[in-house]
Amino acid sequence: MTTHDVDWIDVGRIVDIPLRGSRVVASPIGDIAVFRAADDAVFALRDRCPHKGGPLSQGIVHEHSVTCPLHNWVISLASGEATGADRGCTPKIPVRLDGDRVMIALPETMAEAAE
Amino acid sequence: MAQKLVIIGNGMAPGRALETLVARAPGQFDITIFNAEPRVNYDRIMLSPVLSGEKSFEDIVIHDDAWYRRHGITLLKGCPVTAIDRAAKTVTGADGTIAPYDKLIVATGSSPIIIPIPGHTLAGVVAYRDLDDVDAMLKAAAIGRHAVVIGGGLLGLEAAAGLKLRGMQVTVLHLMPTLMERQLDPAAGHLLEQAMQKRGIDVICRANTHAILGDTHVTGVRLDDGREILADIVVMAVGIRPNAGLAKASGIEVNRGILVDDRMHTSDPDILALGECAEHGGTCYGLVAPLYEMAKVAAATLIGDASAAYRGSVTATKLKVTGIDLFSAGDFADRKGREEIVLRDPARGVYKRLVIEGERLVGAVLYGDTGDGAWFFDLIKGDKPIGSLRDMLIFGPAFQGGAVLPPTAAVAALSDDTEICGCNGVCKGDILAAIADKGLTTLAGVRAHTKASASCGTCTGKVEALLAHALGGAYEKRTVEPVCLCTDLGHDDVRRAIREGKLKSTHAVMQALSWKSSCGCAKCRPAINYYLLCQWPDEYRDDSRSRFVNERLHANIQKDGTYSVVPRLWGGVTSPKELRAIADVADKFNIPTVKVTGGQRIDLLGVRKEDLPGVWADLNAAGMVSGHAYAKGLRTVKTCVGSEWCRFGTQDSTGLGIKLERYLWGSWSPAKVKLAVSGCPRNCAEATCKDIGVVCVESGFEIHYAGAAGLHIQGTIVLAKVATEDECVEVIAALLQLYREDGRYLERIYKWMARVGHEGVVAKVVDDVEGRKALVQRFEFSQVFAQVDPWAERVAGLDAHEFAPLAVIPFSEAAE
Repeated sequence: MTTHDVDWIDVGRIVDIPLRGSRVVASPIGDIAVFRAADDAVFALRDRCPHKGGPLSQGIVHEHSVTCPLHNWVISLASGEATGADRGCTPKIPVRLDGDRVMIALPETMAEAAE
Repeated sequence: MAQKLVIIGNGMAPGRALETLVARAPGQFDITIFNAEPRVNYDRIMLSPVLSGEKSFEDIVIHDDAWYRRHGITLLKGCPVTAIDRAAKTVTGADGTIAPYDKLIVATGSSPIIIPIPGHTLAGVVAYRDLDDVDAMLKAAAIGRHAVVIGGGLLGLEAAAGLKLRGMQVTVLHLMPTLMERQLDPAAGHLLEQAMQKRGIDVICRANTHAILGDTHVTGVRLDDGREILADIVVMAVGIRPNAGLAKASGIEVNRGILVDDRMHTSDPDILALGECAEHGGTCYGLVAPLYEMAKVAAATLIGDASAAYRGSVTATKLKVTGIDLFSAGDFADRKGREEIVLRDPARGVYKRLVIEGERLVGAVLYGDTGDGAWFFDLIKGDKPIGSLRDMLIFGPAFQGGAVLPPTAAVAALSDDTEICGCNGVCKGDILAAIADKGLTTLAGVRAHTKASASCGTCTGKVEALLAHALGGAYEKRTVEPVCLCTDLGHDDVRRAIREGKLKSTHAVMQALSWKSSCGCAKCRPAINYYLLCQWPDEYRDDSRSRFVNERLHANIQKDGTYSVVPRLWGGVTSPKELRAIADVADKFNIPTVKVTGGQRIDLLGVRKEDLPGVWADLNAAGMVSGHAYAKGLRTVKTCVGSEWCRFGTQDSTGLGIKLERYLWGSWSPAKVKLAVSGCPRNCAEATCKDIGVVCVESGFEIHYAGAAGLHIQGTIVLAKVATEDECVEVIAALLQLYREDGRYLERIYKWMARVGHEGVVAKVVDDVEGRKALVQRFEFSQVFAQVDPWAERVAGLDAHEFAPLAVIPFSEAAE
């Protein structure tokens, strides 16, 4: 994906997401979990565990992973992939920081994929 | 008559010398200390943990006022010495005190170097040297946002990490092209720089500070290239300089430091010098190990023991920043005639460099994987030709001789003076001697007699290997299940470290126990959070980010992401008013399912997350509080109707149940705790399959415990039989507290009992009456902080962000 076909949407300040935590952005493609790791790195994933759809935004964030609250699957924040012996992937959402603002993008392909 | 001994300086080196003196020659000296700092002797190495908040000043005091009093030592605090008169054999203090001496120790230490650039005298420019500096940094962190650390060496990086943990935006300015260039080559310096950046610390190398900006207080820093960086505080950590001025002024021979011989004599035979102000064999030392060696020799010299001699030290050092492993030992400077062996594995973030001179290993730098540090350090100190080891040397002891050495052989290969326990300074020889002399066969025995591995516990594996080495087949290793993949330590090891090491934050635990991950995982974080809460109920603040969602949101997550809400119905008793409120809440928030639980309560299922505060507010308004149906803590106390209604009832089981529930709710425990009280042995409340149960009989109360009725089914066993309700409540509170202090995280009471043994529990909560009262007291202390209704807190607005989305993106915007 090149940047010119992406519309970045300002969803708020990074400081409004707790450290080692997550907030939800409600969107037309469903809830998006925006994570802030201990090192201030920001990630965004669909708020659905690839296993049984658990809300990843409610899991414990550790390093660059989150543990799903329903059945303890550990999902990589960077790739959306399940780690360890589990297999599955949660769609990644493009995210970047502009100063202290968190920007995410909902490409059309994503919107279609969500249908 | 006692000789007069005067000591100038009260740092760690003279502190250690004093310890040796009072132990080996009590009463031989009449001792006076002049201390320029206005306080007692403390552990300067631990300033970084004080800065980062992992320890308090009290935790790092080595000798308190009582210690000086006990040993009859006069300590003059805040009293620097202005002159030494060698002819009259007196020293003069700044307050005019004149103290005569027979023997004098100069231990004036060193001063941090402050670069005299414009602005260096502004308020907010500090060194990193003593407690006053740390206080200044903490004050700045409390009000300011930005910190600049000048100097990317060990001390500077530790200061930067500490300030970052205090929530500041930190920039490290380093003059050289890479960090720690004295220890690391450029590639390794880059690895370190990346690791610091990953922790959110900005690093600028080749940064020549032009000026410190500000009118009266620091506001920023300007570099030579014109860049300006905001700063509310500037920390200079660019090196130290021995304080030799006082000695020089009195005519003692001085080079860079005060010149001393092998017995720590200066050029004046009645004056000794030691510590950072001393220069021995052309070297001034700034690390604690050599200073302690000097202190021992100086003490021996003073009491006339001619056998002690200081021959210089080979030093090793470790960077104390969590998740970054860096070890260096010996002399690793580039010099003619030296060769290097370097191993680099960028994918694993590992770098190792060995410096060899002739046939000898003289220096080692390990980054990323420091496990072989002690072995290399030993080789350096041993000063023997490495010969054929050379080819495989860099791979460490595991590869010598072609086979991987088991841990026992690895410790067997260490020399007797290798330090095993860094916390308590215990060497291999001390441990082997204790095993032989005292006939020790267990880890606990070694801990009791030598203190090795009794503080942080990091060296537990080595101590066990030593036991195995010494006892051969006679030693049965205890098997420890690690808490998780982030550590090799078990739950009990972690708890002991929290207690003994006075660790008061998750970060401090991970730092002290060398956690392998930078911020733990979903297994260890909740466990550590619980252990800290249990140990320091008044000081530790719960870390909600280390809580499973149910405990964070005081409700149980369901498979569709909605929640269930369970209010307390004390003892299973409710009223029309409460039932009406529950019905109204269910209507108002469209709660799809209302169900009676197995624990005599009412469960509202299918509540949307954003409705939780509203549901709680309405239930609160009707006088109901959280039932903690989600908690690793007291859940329900199930009761039967007892003597009030039942024709068989022997006691008021309902009343006792309510009393227990009101007394016990609140404090966290290792796992959930369910209670029941039955009014007679017919046991309608099913008390004999609960964690704790009471079965009332005519003559009193049978207290049961360690039952289970889940995955595992097990009847309780009887803990005690008591005559009164008050005794019953006391025994149960003591039992719960013992379990809280001793149970491993997620270990239910029945499993805990199976592990520690029924007899041990009876001895502590039934037989030992004093001990029982102490347990109850600790439980009640914990309750002071724990009996707060979490719902009310949330209704009042605590962490309200949990319930609202960060943003809502409407359809139109997404469609663009």
